[in-house]
Amino acid sequence: MRKTEIAVIGGGPAGLMAALAAAEMGAEVTLVDKNNNLGGQLVKQTHMFFGSEKEHASTRGIDIGKLLAKEAQNHSKIKIMNNSEVIGYYPDDGVIGIEVEEEKFVKLKADKIIIATGASEKFLPFVNNDLPGIYGAGAVQTLMNEHGVVPGNDVLMVGAGNIGLIVSYQLMQAGVNVKAIIDAAPKIGGYLVHASKVARLGVPILTSYSVKAAYPNQITKALERASIWKVDQNWQPIPGTEKVLKVDVLCISVGLSPLAELLWQAGCNMKYVPQLGGHVPTRTNDLETSVTGIYVAGDVAGVEEASSAMIEGRLAGLNAAKSLGYDNGTYEEKHQEALNQLHDLRSGPVGEKIREGISQLVS
Amino acid sequence: MRIEQHPILTFEKKKEVEFTFDGKKMKGYEGEPIASALHANGVMVLSYSKNSHRARGFYCAIGNCSSCLMTVNGEPNVRVCTEKLREGMVVETQRDRGDLK
Repeated sequence: MRKTEIAVIGGGPAGLMAALAAAEMGAEVTLVDKNNNLGGQLVKQTHMFFGSEKEHASTRGIDIGKLLAKEAQNHSKIKIMNNSEVIGYYPDDGVIGIEVEEEKFVKLKADKIIIATGASEKFLPFVNNDLPGIYGAGAVQTLMNEHGVVPGNDVLMVGAGNIGLIVSYQLMQAGVNVKAIIDAAPKIGGYLVHASKVARLGVPILTSYSVKAAYPNQITKALERASIWKVDQNWQPIPGTEKVLKVDVLCISVGLSPLAELLWQAGCNMKYVPQLGGHVPTRTNDLETSVTGIYVAGDVAGVEEASSAMIEGRLAGLNAAKSLGYDNGTYEEKHQEALNQLHDLRSGPVGEKIREGISQLVS
Repeated sequence: MRIEQHPILTFEKKKEVEFTFDGKKMKGYEGEPIASALHANGVMVLSYSKNSHRARGFYCAIGNCSSCLMTVNGEPNVRVCTEKLREGMVVETQRDRGDLK
């Protein structure tokens, strides 16, 4: 059995920042990630980030991921286990079970655990929603931005939130035709700066529209057409408003839900908070869950975005290290700074939903 | 289809390897996910559901959703969206639950 002071599960923006913050305080950290490359979903974000300088605003997500990964790799206090998937947490003895390289089972015992496993894409019910060619928007991003393969020729994007808008733009950068972006809500959910980028390129954004059905090609069995229809203010479809689009790809971008399996296994107190994407753990302001010694950061703590995930990661890392007695003299200052940054990021009308959600969880 | 030109990204050329899909010879890059090599070869149907025999492709592409299970080198239920392509791999459409040997 391996031992470590702090285990960080998940090497995305939250996990990387958590590992770096804890190591900087002096704690010895093991960072576990199922992928070959660290960076989580940053590895496919070709757009530049907003927010503050400290969270690398104006840098492309993909470069932020590389930067943080390099820092973690070069840190003497951080041990990285990549290609290592955590497959269980055993609360009786506090052991984390890890499958390494798909063949070896490794047990890891940590004094403190930071869970930063992120989120997965939600699905949408409509007729034939299981056809090949219907992909999560993030999946399309992975295929094209990480592996250099385009998903098809003509795309219908479902969801006009930030992910839907950004991925639509990225599809066009890769030379793919985006036929339309639709959203059942009466308003575009994402930032207008992203919406206007795609609108300027001539992509129609149809609000109050939903998917009615998808249709396969009889020979290939993959997606060939999709029909959409208008919905009223009660989200009910209006018959007679159908439009048919010839598309071989339908991207679903209707939100994410936290990957909280390990939190359930650990017995953390969970609550259903729709504003944060689903079941999320109650926690202190310092991101410790109801189980002493288990911290959360990033989307698994509540679906938000990468900048807040990074700050949450730093906060969780600082606190986990501090609880073990590590402080290089800068804890107070950094701790307060992180709290202030989160407060600023979540202020204003954009952060209202997040504030409402978190207020139900913090004890 | 592979992206040849991109305004932001460059894709380093990896070593080309050969593999088979349902007995048909195909080419892909070593270390890329099997699903992306198949997609680049125009293969979108990866398996069929057990009961209704409905065609399945991948959905999440990051190993979460299990929509992309295929038989690889005789082993069933391999998540091909994360499994790396190697020279000579035998990739097959999966039509049932698969047996563990």
